[in-house]
Amino acid sequence: MMWKRTIGGGAVLLLVGMAAWASFFIAPTERTMGLIQRIFYFHAASAWAGMTAFSVCFVGNLLYVWRRLQKWDSLAVSSAEVGLAFITVVLITGPIWAHPVWGIWWTWDARLTSTFVLWLLYLSYLLLRTLIEEPDRRALLSALFGIFAFLDVPLVFGAIRWWRTQHPAPVIMGGPGSGLEPTMRMVFFFSVFAMHALMALLIVERYQLEKLRTEFDVVRREAEAL
Amino acid sequence: MKNLNSVFAAYMIGWAVFFVFYLSVAKRTSALREEVERLKNSLKPGK
Repeated sequence: MMWKRTIGGGAVLLLVGMAAWASFFIAPTERTMGLIQRIFYFHAASAWAGMTAFSVCFVGNLLYVWRRLQKWDSLAVSSAEVGLAFITVVLITGPIWAHPVWGIWWTWDARLTSTFVLWLLYLSYLLLRTLIEEPDRRALLSALFGIFAFLDVPLVFGAIRWWRTQHPAPVIMGGPGSGLEPTMRMVFFFSVFAMHALMALLIVERYQLEKLRTEFDVVRREAEAL
Repeated sequence: MKNLNSVFAAYMIGWAVFFVFYLSVAKRTSALREEVERLKNSLKPGK
């Protein structure tokens, strides 16, 4: 089991290293923004992986409400924490990209605000869990809150499609007139793949912790009963 | 090479976030594993 995880971790490290290398040395320099546009491959790929992690959390929450099995709660909390890490990266790399291009670090436009609200919602989801002692009640209430929090994900996706914003228009699934130069597109999708591999690895690691926590609760109850 | 520092900073800070997160998960797992072992040992007959 340990060697499988080591090989998995090594493969993911190799993938993300290759993605970083490709975004610096294979992707062409963008004409208007220049070098700073290379943040796009890290920023947008992290955003996609974060949204996928929140989607996994949503599925886990729905399945917990339906089946009331501990494993779905464990999956939901693991992916929520991983998703939060990815969106933290998005909220840090975004302003670093924005400052030389827009002349400002931040603005309260629809995409940026909805992403920040998403970050706050999942932070609240994790904080809520620390406030409830009883495991079944904690799992149910946080699952219901998690389902509500996920409503912001389509809003983040649609913000640059439905409203005119400071954030650039989408280059993927953006309709007529949008798109990426073929090499940029290839590097971007490779980065998305690498970030998803990293996301999966982190969810698996975090899930092991949650399984151990469940075991700890069982052993603790046994000890208290004696 | 305009903005090279910003690009470098974005990647470095991003990787640092993932690395710190991974370390935090590994540290919590290790601490909890020790705690589970300690509790299991205390439950063994004769302890």
